[in-house]
Amino acid sequence: MSSRTPRQSRSRKPKLAVWKFSSCDGCQLSLLDCEDELLAVAESVEIAYFLEATRAQIRGPYDAGRRLDYHTSEDAERIRRVRRQSKVLITIGACATAGGIQALRNFKDVDQFINAVYARPDFIDTLAQSTAIAEHVPVDFELRGCPINKQQLLDVLSAHLADRKPNVARHSQCMECKLSGTICVMVAHGTPCLGPVTQAGCGNLCPSCTRGCYGCFGPMETPNAASLSTQLATLGQTPRQLKQLYRSYNANAPAFRAESLRHE
Amino acid sequence: MSKSPHKPASKPTNKPIGTAKSRTIKVDALARVEGEGALTVRVKNGVIQELKFRIFEPPRFFEALLQGRPYSDAPDITARICGICPIAYMLGASQAMEDALGIQVQGPLRDLRRLIYCGEWIESHVLHAAMLHAPDFLGYQDSIQLARDHPGVVEKALRLKKLGNQILEVIGGRAVHPVNLKVGGFYRTPRRRDIRTLIEPLRWAVGAAQELLQVFAGFEFPDYHYDYTCVSLRHPEEYPITEGRLVSNRGLDIAIDEFAEHFSEEHVAHSNALHGVMRGTEHYLVGPIARYNNNFGQLSPSAQQAAKAAGLGPSATTRFTVFWYVWWKCCMPAKKRCDWLRPIRNRILAASTSAPVPTQRRAPEPATAAPKRHAGFAITAMSWTPKAGY
Repeated sequence: MSSRTPRQSRSRKPKLAVWKFSSCDGCQLSLLDCEDELLAVAESVEIAYFLEATRAQIRGPYDAGRRLDYHTSEDAERIRRVRRQSKVLITIGACATAGGIQALRNFKDVDQFINAVYARPDFIDTLAQSTAIAEHVPVDFELRGCPINKQQLLDVLSAHLADRKPNVARHSQCMECKLSGTICVMVAHGTPCLGPVTQAGCGNLCPSCTRGCYGCFGPMETPNAASLSTQLATLGQTPRQLKQLYRSYNANAPAFRAESLRHE
Repeated sequence: MSKSPHKPASKPTNKPIGTAKSRTIKVDALARVEGEGALTVRVKNGVIQELKFRIFEPPRFFEALLQGRPYSDAPDITARICGICPIAYMLGASQAMEDALGIQVQGPLRDLRRLIYCGEWIESHVLHAAMLHAPDFLGYQDSIQLARDHPGVVEKALRLKKLGNQILEVIGGRAVHPVNLKVGGFYRTPRRRDIRTLIEPLRWAVGAAQELLQVFAGFEFPDYHYDYTCVSLRHPEEYPITEGRLVSNRGLDIAIDEFAEHFSEEHVAHSNALHGVMRGTEHYLVGPIARYNNNFGQLSPSAQQAAKAAGLGPSATTRFTVFWYVWWKCCMPAKKRCDWLRPIRNRILAASTSAPVPTQRRAPEPATAAPKRHAGFAITAMSWTPKAGY
């Protein structure tokens, strides 16, 4: 990638496509939430497909396709088409990188879920499991978070435009707390916190609110969840509580999934 | 050229099909709305024979996700229903839990909840009105195109939207899925100095909202009136946001707990969006228009004056109301409201799919959606299904 001419110097703007399948739209909204930068972003790229923002559509191939959210059922073929048409495919948000909160159904019988919600289960068509996009097609970069950090999104976008590596840290939330001088809620208050195994990036939001991290950015690189669980157990967390702690917005991320199953 | 991965959107089939007397309008993927939806309208001799609004997003099963979880998880999990209006769900879930626990959140904490709700309305409704809907009225594909010809309008809207997000960040920690709200109140009260940073932008916002109101008042709206059954909250002392009784303009006046006795949700084959139905009557309208119609007297004098200046009375039936409302609410953050009701399951869904359809209404523009009501979030977020061909 680095041997290529930087994309900004090309005669045409790179085409950006944003694909949404199923989600809360929060990560997609993060692009529109870049109030100060939105018009500049629009100057730098050609928005070829972004149904939430525009009805204009430009046919592929796309220089960058960004995928939101997990896919279901017949969406699988659509994802493969997206992959074929995109030079770079970036998945954004917990739904796309780990299956999202709806991946809680992966641990149960999906029929129970359908019956609990819908009067006519026969009208419902869904996959039994909610999974990460990377399990189905090759993905060039995964941007974590539930929701993603919009500054990280801008960095990933500009990194692509400048042919550089995105500057997204893979270390733990603990580092973020230490860097900002936030008091450790687990040490000082005995509050259960997933910070030691969760990837940084949110801006140590929960500990700043005297609340334990609930892992919305997913597992950090090489997390030691078993060790954290031992410490949480000494703070009084029951196996059921430990299971639920790991089973939330990134429940299907391999490290969190394995640790929650250990406490089943 | 290869085929677009989003087959329906890449090949819109929204051209009228059939003779002048009989035609079908199909929009296979609605643009500039949150969620995924499609619209089919069949018209014969100027009368709509069939109208289907289809939500085809896959189900996410929030009610089932909450089963077996601690009560304290409810606000954060339900927030993920919608990233644009998470506060509605966080406060709805919190209040449901507080009802069960016999807790009432009062005083400054209640004020903070109202304030953060106002922040959400500002960011959400400015997003919808200026960035998702205004391009249709002015003939643009999107707000970025709109910004080229009307930079002042879009820049002002973006600044207002940013202010809404700023309120969410100061009180809730972040704009999308705030972390600081919990059953019983907040994890940490915001710092006074942070709250102060909101004062100056809010002063600016009063004028900016009025200016944008004038822009929107100049749009061309269809001459269409319909006598809706409007359902909303009503509070004796304030413009209703999270508390009050459930009322309608047809005489309904019940406690929120009685919701299930008067309303039901129906599941239809063509859409996963459950349809809200009021028992013993036809479909009903919720959201800003309903709230406005049922609570005009609770608006501040300046808000009432602005409504009148924009040509609206105490009961408005055109879609223009939506736009007036969206903009005026930006300058009245202390007077915000929403139809979110305490019991999570008792949310009211607008019967937008099967409401009586006015025959004289202008046909939808290609690949665009009608202005979206707040309840649309609940529809798209709570229930959806994939269909063959996607």
